[in-house]
Amino acid sequence: MRLKIPANFRIVRLPCTGKVDIIHILRAFEKGVDGAFVVGCMEGDCHYNEGNFRARKRVEQAKVILDKVGVGGERVKMFNLSSGEGPLFAQYAIEMDNKIKELGPSPIRLAKQKKAKTAA
Amino acid sequence: MIIAKKKPIEEIIGEVENYDRLLILGCNECVTVCEAGGKKEVEILASALRMNFMAKGKEKVIDEKTLERQCDHEYLEEIRANIDKYDAIVSLACGVGVQFAAEKYQTMPLIPGVNTVCLGANEDRGLWTERCQACGSCILARTGGICPVSRCAKRVMNGPCGGSTKGKCEISKDVDCAWQLIVDRLKALNKMDDYEIVAPIKDWSTDRAGGPRKVTREDVKI
Ligand code: SF4
Ligand code: SF4
Repeated sequence: MRLKIPANFRIVRLPCTGKVDIIHILRAFEKGVDGAFVVGCMEGDCHYNEGNFRARKRVEQAKVILDKVGVGGERVKMFNLSSGEGPLFAQYAIEMDNKIKELGPSPIRLAKQKKAKTAA
Repeated sequence: MIIAKKKPIEEIIGEVENYDRLLILGCNECVTVCEAGGKKEVEILASALRMNFMAKGKEKVIDEKTLERQCDHEYLEEIRANIDKYDAIVSLACGVGVQFAAEKYQTMPLIPGVNTVCLGANEDRGLWTERCQACGSCILARTGGICPVSRCAKRVMNGPCGGSTKGKCEISKDVDCAWQLIVDRLKALNKMDDYEIVAPIKDWSTDRAGGPRKVTREDVKI
């Protein structure tokens, strides 16, 4: 299965989405990412029972924080699919890519670029 | 333990807006257990503040530290050597910790990052509930181990009152009637005779009515 997916995102592999913490998401944004999405197994199918439910809660919390600090909560999203659904993964990646392009660069990245420019 | 709740980020942002060098100071005890002011919450708040200021084009120092306790000289001393590096401290400890830090560092502005709520138990994941109001003279021996001071809305000493309905308090159908709980437990203990004893008037001088309280132990003082 050779599917086309956007080439502008990096995959961080985890044993289970239950490993995702709010701080991981926030740190990514602090470093300047424009968006992040968490892809977990189907709800009810977690090998550790509730890992993906925990992830969803944390993504929701990160969303609230990102909204409040002026970065924008819509830049982070949780998706669920089963490990056999490659095409769906590609579809979600494209969906997220389009969404982020529509939103434009994150204000943190812009601030970092500006700072680098003035320093140069 | 002491139960606290995180303050809304926007409130903290408003308080720290005018400071350029901040220390976010967590506490490893009660507030860690109730997920309001431990190391994790320090990391999250610090990251959120950094992003907020970055997005506004402001450059600020936001450092993180979590002490074993903030209600003890010993641990609070750990920040003394670096205290001059900051313009203000956001303390995520309970009100006790914030005040103790403020007393120790007279010229350092202290901003509370949590609202201190009550003395309570970790009842369930994500649920903390009040159990004690530190009245200073505990009557749990007589009330089946259930506290009418903290759990009865009227602090009735010979309850229940007339508002108790189907085991619930008249203030809300979601609140158990403390006296129903007391009766149920006395029954389970086979101690309903205790229920018949009219409680003497409670001495409230040991409660807040007597002003700020203190415990002095000559036997342990050095
Ligand atoms: S400062 Fe408050 S939260 Fe921290 S240990 Fe002391 S009483 Fe508990
Ligand atoms: S009777 Fe007083 S000391 Fe005992 S649990 Fe209730 S409030 Fe706390």
